[in-house]
Amino acid sequence: MTIVVPERAKALLLSLLLLIAFLGAWELAVPSAEKAAQQSEYEMLTGGGAPQAHVPPPSQVIGKAVKELSNPFYDNGPNDKGIGIQLAYSLYRVLTGYFLAALIAIPIGFLIGMSPLFYKALDPFIQVLRPISPLAWMPLALFVIKDSQASAIFVIFICSIWPMLINTAFGVANVRKDWINVAKTHELGSLRTAFQVILPAAAPTILTGMRISIGIAWLVIVAAEMLVGGTGIGYYVWNEWNNLDLTSVIFSIIMIGLVGMLLDAAFAFVQRSVQFQE
Amino acid sequence: MEKPFIEVTDLTRRYPAAKGGEPLTVFEHANFSIEKGEFVCIIGHSGCGKSTIMNILAGLDAPTEGGIIMGGKEISGPSLDRGVVFQNYSLLPWLSALKNVMFGVRARHPDWSRDQVVAHSEQYLEMVGLTGGAEHRKPAQLSGGMRQRVSIARAFAIQPQLLLLDEPFGALDALTRGTIQDELIRIWSATEQTVFMITHDVDEAILLSDRILLMTNGPFARVAESVVVDIARPRQRAEIIHDPAYYKIRNHLVEFLARRSKELSGSHGREASGGPPLTVRPGLKDPDDKEREPSWPKLVSAVG
Repeated sequence: MTIVVPERAKALLLSLLLLIAFLGAWELAVPSAEKAAQQSEYEMLTGGGAPQAHVPPPSQVIGKAVKELSNPFYDNGPNDKGIGIQLAYSLYRVLTGYFLAALIAIPIGFLIGMSPLFYKALDPFIQVLRPISPLAWMPLALFVIKDSQASAIFVIFICSIWPMLINTAFGVANVRKDWINVAKTHELGSLRTAFQVILPAAAPTILTGMRISIGIAWLVIVAAEMLVGGTGIGYYVWNEWNNLDLTSVIFSIIMIGLVGMLLDAAFAFVQRSVQFQE
Repeated sequence: MEKPFIEVTDLTRRYPAAKGGEPLTVFEHANFSIEKGEFVCIIGHSGCGKSTIMNILAGLDAPTEGGIIMGGKEISGPSLDRGVVFQNYSLLPWLSALKNVMFGVRARHPDWSRDQVVAHSEQYLEMVGLTGGAEHRKPAQLSGGMRQRVSIARAFAIQPQLLLLDEPFGALDALTRGTIQDELIRIWSATEQTVFMITHDVDEAILLSDRILLMTNGPFARVAESVVVDIARPRQRAEIIHDPAYYKIRNHLVEFLARRSKELSGSHGREASGGPPLTVRPGLKDPDDKEREPSWPKLVSAVG
C-alpha cells in the first residue's frame, strides 16, 4: 500500500528542509564564540584579540526573537520600545496614508475610467507624478507639513495612490459593454449603475491595484521612518544598526517580511471574495 | 383605423464616414409595425442591421432618420417597458441566478419589499425550470441553456410591454435550443407578451412567430417582406412539420435568404423610399397555384 502524500504537504516538507539547511549552513559559517574566547593571555592583555564583529548565528537571532516576542509591548523610553510598539507605529502610518490614498484614488479612478475626457486631461499629470520616488517628496513634505509623523504618512499616501488610481481607471474603463447595457435597459441611474454594476465588475481589478499599493507602502515605510526617526520599525532597524546590534537588525528584517506577508495575505483574501468567474 | 402598438417609420441608420470614405448606410427606410401580443421574428443575413434595429428598439442606439412609436410615445433611450434578452445572456456574473432576476425586479418595482421581490423572482425562475438549488448558483456554474433561461426569466419578470430577443438561442446546442423554444412558447402563450426576436434559424422563426420580417442584405438593407405564418396555435415542434403550410413557408423563407435577399439588396437611390413591406402568406391554401409563387416579379414595383 502506498501512502499518497498531498502536494501541499510535500511542498511544506521541502520548505522546512530548505530552511533547516540554510540555518545550519549559516550557523556553521559563523565562527563560534568559544573559539573567539580562546585567546592567549597576551592577546587579552593587549586587547588585540578583541573579537571581530561577526554576523550573529541564527541561534542568537532566534534567542533574540523569543525574548522580544515574549514581551513585545514594553516601553522603556524613546530608544527602547518593544517590537510590537514599533510595528504598530509603522502599521498605523501605513494604513492611515494608504486609506487616505484609497479615498482619493478610487473615486478619481472611477471618474477617469468613465470619462475619456478626464482620462486624457489627467493622464499627463499621472505619468509625470507616478515615477517620482516617494522619498523625493520627503523634504517638501517636511517643509510644508512641518511635522515629521504627518510627513511619513504623506509619503505613504503619495506612493500608494498610483497603482490604485491606475487600476481603478483600467477596471472601470473595461467593464463589459453588455453589463452596462443591462444597467441601461433596467433604467438604472448613474449612481446605481456605478455601485451595482461597475463597482462589482471592476472590483477584482481595483483590489489588484490595492494589493500592489499596500505592498509598496510597506516597502516605503521602512525607508521613510529611517529618515524621520522617532518610532516605527524603520527607525528601529536604523537605531539598532547605530547600536551595532546586528542580532536585532536581522530580527527586525524578518519581522518586516512577516508583517508584509500578512498584509498581502489579508488583501489576497479580500480580492478572492470579490473575484467572479465569467 | 386604430394605430398599431408599435410603428416603425422610415427607420434609417448610417454610420459616419471613415476618413475620405462615404458614410455607411446599414439599412434605410425600414417600415413595419407590431401589434399587441404579436410574436414577430426578423431574419436576414449578417450585416443587414437586424441587431441595430433591435438596439434602436431597446433604446441603446439611435436612428439616423425616422423613428419608432410605441403605445403612442416615441422611443428615445432605454426603458423598463422594453425588456431585452441578449445573445450572450448578459447576466451579471457576480450575482446568483436568483439575484440576477431580483436585479431586474428591483429596478422595476423599487417600492417592493425584499420578500415580494424574492417571491416574484422565484416565480419566474420556476417558470423556466430553475429550482431546487440551481437558482443560487452563479452564472459560471450554470450551463449555457440554464443561463439563457435565467436571462429569459429576468426579462419576463419585469413584465415589459415589449420583449426583445436578440438571437437568444444562437449559442445553444440544437437539443437545448428545442427545449427552451418550447418553454418560450409556453410562457409566451400564458403571458400574451409582445415579442420581437432576431434569429438566423428559419425553423425556429416558423415555430415561434406570427409574422416573419425578411431583410435584404446590407448595406442599404431594407425590410422587404412580412411573411405571415398561417399555422394554427398551439404549435408542437413534432406536429407542425406535417402541416401543409409549413414547407411552403419554409421554402419561401429559404428561397428569400438564398437568392432574393441578395438580388434585392444594394438598391440604393431607387424608389425604395418607404412604404410597408409586402405582406405575403405562403402558407395559405391556393387552389389555382400549387407552387404558389407570391408575386415575386411584382415585388420591385410593390415596394416602390
